[in-house]
Amino acid sequence: MYSANFDYHRAKSLSDAQRLLASNPGAKLLAGGHSLIPLMKLRLASPSAVVDIGRIPELRGISKSGDGIRIGSLTTHAEIAASADVQKSAAALAEAAGLVGDPAVRSRGTIGGNVAHADPASDLPTVLVALDAKIVAIGPKGERTISADGFFTGIMSTTLADDEVITAIVVPALAKEQGSAYVKFSHPASRYAVIGVAASVTSSGGTCSAARVALGGLVPHATRANAVEKALVGGGLDTTAIGTAAAKVGTDLGNEVTGDIFASAEYRTAVAPVYVKRAIAAAAARAGLA
Amino acid sequence: MATTVAAPARIFGSGIKRREDPRLLTGTARYTADITLPGQLYAAILRSPHGHARIKKIDTAAAKAAPGVVAAFTGADTEGVLQCIPCAWLVPGSELKVCPYPPIAKTIVRYVGDAVAVVVADSAQQAYDAVDLIEVDYDPMPATVDPEQAVKPGAPQIHTEAPNNIAFKWTVSGGDIEAAFKKADIVVRDRIIQQRLIPTAMETRGALAHYLPATGELTLWNTTQNPHIVRFIMSLVCNIPEDRLRVIAPEVGGGFGSKIPQIQGDFITVFCSMKLGRPVKWIETRSENYQSTTHGRDHVQDVEMAATKDGKILGLRCTVWAGMGAYLSTAAPGIPTILHGLMLSGPYQIGAVKEDVYGVYTNTTPVEAYRGAGRPEATFMLERVIDRLADELKIDPVEIRKRNLIPPFDNGHDVVTGLKYDSGNYQGALDKALTHAGYAALRNEQAEARKKGRYIGIGVGIYVEICGLGPSQVAGAVGFQGGLWESAIVRFHPSGKAHVFIGSSPHGQGEETTFAQIVADELGVSVGDVKIVHGDTETTPMGWGTYGSRTTAVSGAALAVATRKIKEKAKLLTSHLLEAAVEDIEYENGKFFVRGFPDKSKTIQDIALMANVAWNMPQGMEPGLEATTFYDPPNFVYPFGAHIAVVEVDAETGVVQLKRYVAVDDCGHQINPMIVEGQVHGGVVQGIGQALWERAVYDDNGQLLTGSLADYAIPRADVLPDIEVLHTVTPSPHHPLGVKGIGEAGTIVSTCTVYNAVIDALEPFGVESIQMPLTPERVFNAMSKKGP
Repeated sequence: MYSANFDYHRAKSLSDAQRLLASNPGAKLLAGGHSLIPLMKLRLASPSAVVDIGRIPELRGISKSGDGIRIGSLTTHAEIAASADVQKSAAALAEAAGLVGDPAVRSRGTIGGNVAHADPASDLPTVLVALDAKIVAIGPKGERTISADGFFTGIMSTTLADDEVITAIVVPALAKEQGSAYVKFSHPASRYAVIGVAASVTSSGGTCSAARVALGGLVPHATRANAVEKALVGGGLDTTAIGTAAAKVGTDLGNEVTGDIFASAEYRTAVAPVYVKRAIAAAAARAGLA
Repeated sequence: MATTVAAPARIFGSGIKRREDPRLLTGTARYTADITLPGQLYAAILRSPHGHARIKKIDTAAAKAAPGVVAAFTGADTEGVLQCIPCAWLVPGSELKVCPYPPIAKTIVRYVGDAVAVVVADSAQQAYDAVDLIEVDYDPMPATVDPEQAVKPGAPQIHTEAPNNIAFKWTVSGGDIEAAFKKADIVVRDRIIQQRLIPTAMETRGALAHYLPATGELTLWNTTQNPHIVRFIMSLVCNIPEDRLRVIAPEVGGGFGSKIPQIQGDFITVFCSMKLGRPVKWIETRSENYQSTTHGRDHVQDVEMAATKDGKILGLRCTVWAGMGAYLSTAAPGIPTILHGLMLSGPYQIGAVKEDVYGVYTNTTPVEAYRGAGRPEATFMLERVIDRLADELKIDPVEIRKRNLIPPFDNGHDVVTGLKYDSGNYQGALDKALTHAGYAALRNEQAEARKKGRYIGIGVGIYVEICGLGPSQVAGAVGFQGGLWESAIVRFHPSGKAHVFIGSSPHGQGEETTFAQIVADELGVSVGDVKIVHGDTETTPMGWGTYGSRTTAVSGAALAVATRKIKEKAKLLTSHLLEAAVEDIEYENGKFFVRGFPDKSKTIQDIALMANVAWNMPQGMEPGLEATTFYDPPNFVYPFGAHIAVVEVDAETGVVQLKRYVAVDDCGHQINPMIVEGQVHGGVVQGIGQALWERAVYDDNGQLLTGSLADYAIPRADVLPDIEVLHTVTPSPHHPLGVKGIGEAGTIVSTCTVYNAVIDALEPFGVESIQMPLTPERVFNAMSKKGP
C-alpha cells in the first residue's frame, strides 16, 4: 500500500515540534506510527505533512511524580508493560499495555500516540479513564492537564487541539486497599478490543468505598460504567455483589453498542457483564479482598 | 562392561537443520520484489470496485498526464496481443463451461478486484497515484456470491455461456447407493458450509517482466509454485515461443496453492513490458492480494450417511455446490471433483458412495487449490457425519470409527470410488493417538469438569489423503492438461561436489535440504557437497511443480532413481579401474570396492574425478558423471493419520480455548523428521484456522468485507497449544524411498478434529452443528438456544 504524497519533518525538540506544527497547517504528529501510518497507507488519512516527534528524548520514560507515576508520551507499550512501577501501582495499565496488538506493535507504539489517536477499540484509553489518569499537553497557550475522563469524545476524537502535543500521562498513586485490572476480549484479526473493561476498586474493611469501571471496544469511546460503579460502592466485593453490579452494565451501554461481522452488538451486549464481572473481581483481588 | 561402537548415523532420517533457513531468517533471501533491473518501471492495476458491472467508458487521459507515468492501458489495448487465461483442468463428463477470462476486463467486470486498467510509471508511488486518476463509468448490475443461491432461477447471470451460473456438474458413484440407504437402520444428515478462505501467503503475488524487442525474448521473475507451467501458459496467452521465454521463480514466500495459477497481474505485467520494451515490475499490496490472488474452499455441502444400528456404515451420499468465483482458475475444476469426490470413503470400509458436485460461477475472486485442496472438504464431511452417527447411536466416536476402519494393508487396497490406496494402518495410527492423548482419562476429566459447569470437548479425526500427484496417464484421464511426472539431473563435478537440478519448485518446504540428504544417503557424499537447483526454466529440466504434496513423493523419487544410475556407472568405472568383474564390485558408505578386498576401493569422489577427466574409460563409456531421470509414478501415495483435539468452551462467553492437539501422521519413511514436524505444525495450524477463525465474507453486492488482515483472522502463535507430533511408519510400496507426502496432511484433518471437539464439548447443550468458523458469538448463540 502506498500513501499519498506528504512532507516529512523531524522535530529535534518539543519546541521544534510546536514550531513545525504551527508552520505546517494540516500536519499530523507521528510518534510510533502504528496508528497513523496504516491509515495513510490505506489513504484514509492524507495529511499534507507529518511532524515526526519520535526522537525527542524528553518525551520518553517513566518516573515517579508526586504520589503518582508520570509516563512520557513517547514511552512504548512494551516499556509500560515491563515497568515494575507501573505493574505495582497501576496494574491495569501494565496489563493493558501488554495486550496491545502484538510484540512488534508494542515495541513501537507509544502511549501518547495511542491516546491521541483515540481508536474506540483501543486498550489504553479505557484503562486511563478507570484509573483517573491525567493527560498533559502543551500548546501555543502553554501547558494544560486534562482528565482522561472527558478527554475522549467520540470515534477517534478527543478534546486535544490540533496545535497541542501530548507530553505525558500521569497516573495517580494507589490508595490503601485499592486494586485495578483490565480484561480484554481481543478481535482475532486486529487484536483491538471487542470488549475491554478496566476496573479500579477501593475497599474499606471489606466494603467497596470507591469504584471506577470503564468500557472500551463496544462503545464509540472509552466510557465510565456509572450504573455499575454506583451499584458497587457501599456494597461488598464478594462474587454475588460483583455479579449483581456487573449486570448493570446494560444500563450503561444503552443502544450505542458497536457491532461488526465478527461480533454483533447483541452478542457484545450479552457478554459484556461477564467481562465487567471478571475485571472487577481481578481488581478486588489486587485490593487484597478476594 | 561391553563397549558398543555406534554405527555411523544415517543421513536419511536425520533431522538436520534446514540449509534454507539462514538466508530466510536473516532477511537476505531475494524475492521477486527484491530484484531490480536497470530502467525498470512499475505497474499499478486499477481494479473493479463492483462485484458485477458493465464498463461504459474508461478515460485514462489524466493518469497518462500524471508525473512519472509512462503509459496506461485498458482491455482494449490487449486485443490481439493477449489471449484469454486458459483453464487447465478440464474435468471430463462434467459439461464444463470455460467462459472467457480476459487478463484485463473489456466490457464487464465480474468481481471486486477484476482488472480494469494498468498504469506504468517510473516509481510504484507514481503508478498508484495515477491509478486514482483513471475515470471509469460503470453501470452496476446485480451480483450473486453464494454458490447454492447462484444456481437458482432468477439469480444474476455472470456468463452467457454458463446458464444458471453452472460451470460444471460432476458425479462420482460407487456401489449400490440406493440399496445402501434402503437397507439402513439409521440415516444421519448434515449441512456443512466450508467457508471461503484466503490463503494469505506471507509474500503477496508479483512479477518482474523483461521483454527484449530486438530478440523477442522474455525473462519473467514470478512468485510461483510451478515455473515450467508458467512458461507453458504464458507462451500460449502472450504468443511468445517457449524457447524464448525464461521463467524464474526466485525465493517464493509461501503459496499454499495460491501460486499455482497464473492470475491477471502476471499477464498484465508481461503485456506492459512487451509494449514498452522495458522491465516492468508489479507487486501486489496486501489489500490487492486479498482481492486478486485466488481463494480456497467455498463449498455448501449436504451430506447423508446410511448405517446399521451397530454403527456399520453402509453408504454416503452428498450434494456439493462449490464456488468457483467469477472465472475458472488454472486447476480449479479438479479440486472439488477429482481431489475431493474420489476420497469420499476415506479410511473406512464403505460399500456405496454417490456425490453430485456443482461448480458454480459467483461474483467473487476465483477459487483455486488451498492447502489440502478438496481433501479437507471431503475429510470434514465424513468425520462430521460419523460423529453424528456415533451421537445418534450412543456409541463412543472412537469405537464407531474402529468398527469401520479398513484393516491394515501394505500393498494395495481398492476402494469404492475406484482408487487403489497404496498402504495403510489406520488402526495403528488411531491407537497411538489414543494412547498418547490418554483418551480414557480425558473422558473422565470431561465428565468431572461438566459436574462443575466446565465444558471440555474431545475431538477425533482420522484421514487418508491422496497426494504425490500422480501418474500422468491418470492426469490425462481426469482432464488435467499437463503431465504429473518429475525430473532430476545429478551432475558430479571433478572435485566430487554435485549439482542437482530438479523441475519441481519448492518454496519453503525444505527440499534443498532433504534432497541433498537423498543424494548423500545414496552415494556417501557429504550433504554439504550437494547443491539443489530449482526454479529456473533455463537451467532446470521440465517439471510440473510443487503442490499436492508431490515434491518429495515424485521429484524425490526422480532424484533417487537418478542417483542410482550414478551408482551403476560408478560401479562400471570402478570395475574397469580396479580390473575386477563388475559383478564383484560392491558399494558401502561412499566406497566402491572389490568383494572381499575392502582396501581395493574407489570413493565416489575418485570416480567423479576419473569420469570427468576421462583418461581411462572403459570401451564405449561416455565421459562425465551425470544422470537424468524422468519419473512418472505408478500410483499416487496415500498418507494417513489420526488426530485428537481437546478444547474447553467458556460457557459464559462462547470463547473456545484449544488446550491440546495430538497429531499422529504416517508419511512412510521420513527423510528429515524435523522438517516433517514443521510441515505438520504448519498444516495443523492452517486447518485450525478454518475451524476457529478464518472466513472471507462478501456482501450481497460482492464487496469483500474481510479485505485486510485487520478483519481476516489468521492463526497466531499465542492462541495455540504446543502441538504434540507423533508418527507411525508405513512405507509406500511403490516409491523408491518408501516415502509419502506430508505438506497437506495436517490441514486435511485438523479442521474437523477441532470442530468435533467443540461440538463434543457442547453435548450437554444439545448442539449438533455450528457454522464455521466457530466464533465466540456462534458458539454462544448455539449454547443459548438450549441450556445445559
